[in-house]
Amino acid sequence: MSTVSLDKAKPRPAIGQNHIALAAIWIVLLTAPFWIPRMPLLNLYTDLASKLLVFALAAMALNLLLGFTGVLSFGHAAYFGLGAYGAGLTLRYLVHSTPLAMLLGTLLGGVAGTLFGLLIVRRRGVYFAMCTIAFGQLWYYLAYSWNDFTGGFDGLRDFHREPIGLGPFTLDIGEETRFYYFLLAIFAVAVGLMGLVLRSPFGRTLLAIRENERRARFLGIPVERHIWISFSISCFFTALAGTLYALLLNFADPLSLHYSLSGYFVVMTVIGGMRTFWGPLIGAAVFVILQDRISSMTVNWMSFIGVIFMLVVLFFPRGLLGSIRRRFST
Amino acid sequence: MAQVILYNVTNGLIIGTFYVLMALGLSLILNLSNVINFAHGNFLALGGYLAFTLAPALGYWGALLVSPVLTAVIGIAVERLMVRRLYGRDPVYSLLFTFGLAFFMQDAARYLWGPNGLPLGLPDALGQPVSADLFFITWYRVFMVAIVILTVIGLFVFLRRSRVGLRIRAGTLDLETVAVLGVNVRNLRTFNFGLGCLLAGLSGVLAAGQIGLNPNMGDDLLMPSFIAIIVGGVGSLMGTLFGGLLIGMAAALTTAVYPAASEAVIYAILMAVLLLRPRGLMGEEGMMS
Repeated sequence: MSTVSLDKAKPRPAIGQNHIALAAIWIVLLTAPFWIPRMPLLNLYTDLASKLLVFALAAMALNLLLGFTGVLSFGHAAYFGLGAYGAGLTLRYLVHSTPLAMLLGTLLGGVAGTLFGLLIVRRRGVYFAMCTIAFGQLWYYLAYSWNDFTGGFDGLRDFHREPIGLGPFTLDIGEETRFYYFLLAIFAVAVGLMGLVLRSPFGRTLLAIRENERRARFLGIPVERHIWISFSISCFFTALAGTLYALLLNFADPLSLHYSLSGYFVVMTVIGGMRTFWGPLIGAAVFVILQDRISSMTVNWMSFIGVIFMLVVLFFPRGLLGSIRRRFST
Repeated sequence: MAQVILYNVTNGLIIGTFYVLMALGLSLILNLSNVINFAHGNFLALGGYLAFTLAPALGYWGALLVSPVLTAVIGIAVERLMVRRLYGRDPVYSLLFTFGLAFFMQDAARYLWGPNGLPLGLPDALGQPVSADLFFITWYRVFMVAIVILTVIGLFVFLRRSRVGLRIRAGTLDLETVAVLGVNVRNLRTFNFGLGCLLAGLSGVLAAGQIGLNPNMGDDLLMPSFIAIIVGGVGSLMGTLFGGLLIGMAAALTTAVYPAASEAVIYAILMAVLLLRPRGLMGEEGMMS
């Protein structure tokens, strides 16, 4: 059942399938602005690719918990939305600085998640999920009803991403292709960091907890503390994605705090493959493109999305990468 | 001032009763099947809409009886055909499934009955105020609270006295042992799912008479119901009952003093409970882990 590659004993070719796949992923992402707007039939645009990166980052951060720690959070929109509002509020009320907005937004979402994590680390399974959902909605109601400060139902407007000053140079990220590459650079760093976390002894311990919590506990691993730290890391990265979302749209939407979005993150992860590192990226691509296409074709897009959720769960629970990996390994 | 307080206390009682009916159904399904039914609010709306469609043919009273049963039948069909396949798997799957189902049902209701609000006509006798002084208390409100009280008493008697009810309670504590003792757990779970949907359907009909019908009428009740379950203590139906009444009352009384904070107070209660008494007011140690 375990999909972790613990088969270090087997000799491997210098350049394996993994390296080729990894190179392919980065080539596709690096060249996206050139071919995305030119794709026939699909009507895609560069900002959609940017949205994909943002959602992929959030879904991969969630997967740190869901796929690699085995803990079910269904409230990650809270940290995503807090990041978005943190960035938006900073730009609007405090200071016109993109890096500072990202920093403060990430801190807001991450710290909120870390504190809340303390309260719920002892819960498991659906009960953990239920607590995360309920807590997440708190922020939605807060953004919704604190009209003067957050813009209420209409969302937070009147701010936009500012050029970044780097000593003598200024990096203007206003234009959509430039902003895509700015996002991609941050995405690469964040994904690299997450990869490092998962490869570290700490990350391996998380896998041990996922596979058999009781055994991990008997081995003397402080399970609660590990889950808490994993939750916290996941929230920080999700909040980072949220700040990028606000910068992308120049707008903070109360719906980015709503539990529906948490569900979208989870379904992206599942479509791509919960126990694979890159799965959520693939899942985010599928989901973002499908949602964009379906919502432009029919007003009943909710039914389609709902049915997709149900079909994925019933017939395709391993997800795209999960199924591919399984085929290769047998 | 006394009237203002009385007004808000009645409101609290009525909101609380909706939370209670909704949360009891959710709680039943959660306890026995380990499934969070995101679509519970949509089963509530379904119950209301079915009553709206049936009322011209059966009259209000007929619709009040028939539509919760129909809701339960639809719930049972969903459980038999789909939810059942997910029981043995990671809980993320059942969560995603009911989440998708909620989307689908909400859109379906919008498609079938239209996006605009619809009223559910009440018998004339129920529309009258109880007295001139208490103009805000209609007979319908009294009737609603009475129905909920009777239903809750009926449910608890059923769970304590009947054989099936006993099995449901036993299954909540240790499903494996119940299965080993020869109880057909599959059927038990199906029945239990239907029972939960029956409660949702009933609260839908009752809510429709008070606030009217719209496709997402259940959404506002869903989150408070989750909170009622957590506050009351997962695994304890009595806890769910008190949790629902508590947050309903707290929200209504806050409305009297400072309306903007009526949602916030629900979440404050949630945080306080998670912080001070993580197992919930009446929950048993270990039920939530």
